[in-house]
Amino acid sequence: MQKKLLQGNVALAEAAVRAGCNCYFGYPITPQTEIMEYLAGRLPEVGGVFLQAESEIAAINMVYGAAGAGARVMTSSSGPGISLKAEGISYLAATELPCVIVNVMRAGPGLGGIQPSQADYLQATRSAGHGGYRCPVLAPSGAQEMADLTYLAFQLADQYRTPVFILADALVGQTKELVELPEFIKTLPAKPWATTGKTGRKRNVINSLYLDDNELENHNLQLLQKYEQIALSETRWEEQWCTDAQIIVVAFGFLARIAKEAVLLAREMGIKAGLFRPVTLWPFPAAALRQAVTSDRKVLVVEMNGGQMLEDVQLAVNKQVPVGFLGKVGGLPPEAREILGRIAKMAGEKIAQIS
Amino acid sequence: MHRLAERPTLLVDRAFHYCPGCTHGIIHRLVAEVLEELQLADRTIGIASVGCSVLAYEYFDLDMQQAAHGRAPAVATGIKRFLPDSVVFTYQGDGDLASIGMAEIIHAAARGEAITVIFVNNTLYGMTGGQLAPTTLLEQKSTTSPQGRKAEREGHPIKVIELLSTLAGPGFLARTAVHTPAQVLKTRKAIKEAFLAQLDKCFALVEILSTCPTNWKLSPVESVEWVEKQMLPVYPLVKLERSDDGTWLKTQL
Repeated sequence: MQKKLLQGNVALAEAAVRAGCNCYFGYPITPQTEIMEYLAGRLPEVGGVFLQAESEIAAINMVYGAAGAGARVMTSSSGPGISLKAEGISYLAATELPCVIVNVMRAGPGLGGIQPSQADYLQATRSAGHGGYRCPVLAPSGAQEMADLTYLAFQLADQYRTPVFILADALVGQTKELVELPEFIKTLPAKPWATTGKTGRKRNVINSLYLDDNELENHNLQLLQKYEQIALSETRWEEQWCTDAQIIVVAFGFLARIAKEAVLLAREMGIKAGLFRPVTLWPFPAAALRQAVTSDRKVLVVEMNGGQMLEDVQLAVNKQVPVGFLGKVGGLPPEAREILGRIAKMAGEKIAQIS
Repeated sequence: MHRLAERPTLLVDRAFHYCPGCTHGIIHRLVAEVLEELQLADRTIGIASVGCSVLAYEYFDLDMQQAAHGRAPAVATGIKRFLPDSVVFTYQGDGDLASIGMAEIIHAAARGEAITVIFVNNTLYGMTGGQLAPTTLLEQKSTTSPQGRKAEREGHPIKVIELLSTLAGPGFLARTAVHTPAQVLKTRKAIKEAFLAQLDKCFALVEILSTCPTNWKLSPVESVEWVEKQMLPVYPLVKLERSDDGTWLKTQL
């Protein structure tokens, strides 16, 4: 198939349409607004529903309604908007309604700025909302993966009846790259549990209230079992040059590509560096990372935040090896040479040799 | 023997959880009767809200979704946009609709979403134990306005029908009551008209003045008198139908 030059946000939006997304509800916020602007024109072309809601709160509750009625539905936002959606996401997780939620991250906290950032890692991988649920979180590293992982997100959402997050950042969302788009999906899964009107069957009820504590316990245990199953089956990562690496750089999203450049520069200098990129941030590929990081190695975590994935890495390696950290919190990524400097320092090389 | 009335088939045969003297039961019955009469059950989806009526999904033999506090009109919008041939109604209390969910109801009405809203107004938060609501009357005592509501402190009661009538989106608005048999019949008619309006692709809302003997600390009989004497002067019973030229046809009920 011919590749097209597409902005990451647009690649994501078109991939959603090809994945059978037939409903979108959202509210404008930088740096993801191109997603909704694209779908405002595109979805009606394929007979889908597009509606700009009055708020992020309304948008996520429209998602809840449409998902309950059997739609393949998506919403997108950035950090401050995801905070507002948190209530609805908790209800979607509790009622096991499939949907895709895109967060093209900007720098925070508060209003922060519109620059690229990875500061919503904790919000996405723990729980945006109340009650202790989990949602799969996919982290694309470029425009191609904005398309591929969105396509995958819809499949996972239906397969496990769960909201699925795409956790991107402004770099991935705004950068234009050549993208090969996925084929249009041919058949969508049946949803016999959906509220479509009770023709010839018992009524379907979508509800997250359990006043009986045994019922609530059973419901939550069933959710936890589902999360375990997702962790077993859907953990995804990518590793390069890790087999002989003395220093393994762990980074996700677009930043992993900058880290890759640094790793290659280090290899040119004779430092054996490797790259480990989690593709699913929840479930975090802890076992794979533990396997890659044997006792004679060191780990460098690079993020555009104050050290959020760092906690998952530390949990994974369990103090068996030294873990360094390079974080940027002002809304700009570190340059490759800055990462290289840290790799060299951890390897015991002098910075002067690389400058 | 000729039967004059029986249990609507769309009401599940189980005891309501509502307090003695509360009129939620009457309103549930009227909604079920109307949907049965209009033969809409196989394409109706109801939205239960948060508050006393949160368990509405237990009582209607219909496909139901339970919504977060105040969000029922947004949930209804999502369903209706995806399934435009469905019949969607929300069942909301006054704290749910007029306080935390005010944005959702205003915008659903402004968009003219073809949904029917059953809005039950008992002037306070029932389920959480009788706190001040946007609809609480001036001087009315609640657990969070123990000296009685004062305009300068808690603001004025919000009149939802009048507020929504400033918008061009709604096609049918009514305020009714269920404190007398005659008003119950008028409410039934208004609910039916509100569903017919939805079939005509209009936003429709029926505000129904209800009782809360437990939190009003009145007997059921005193509660009915309180609706008559205290609520009606503030919340007049009225029906507003949008005519073809966009103006409201107003009928006192």
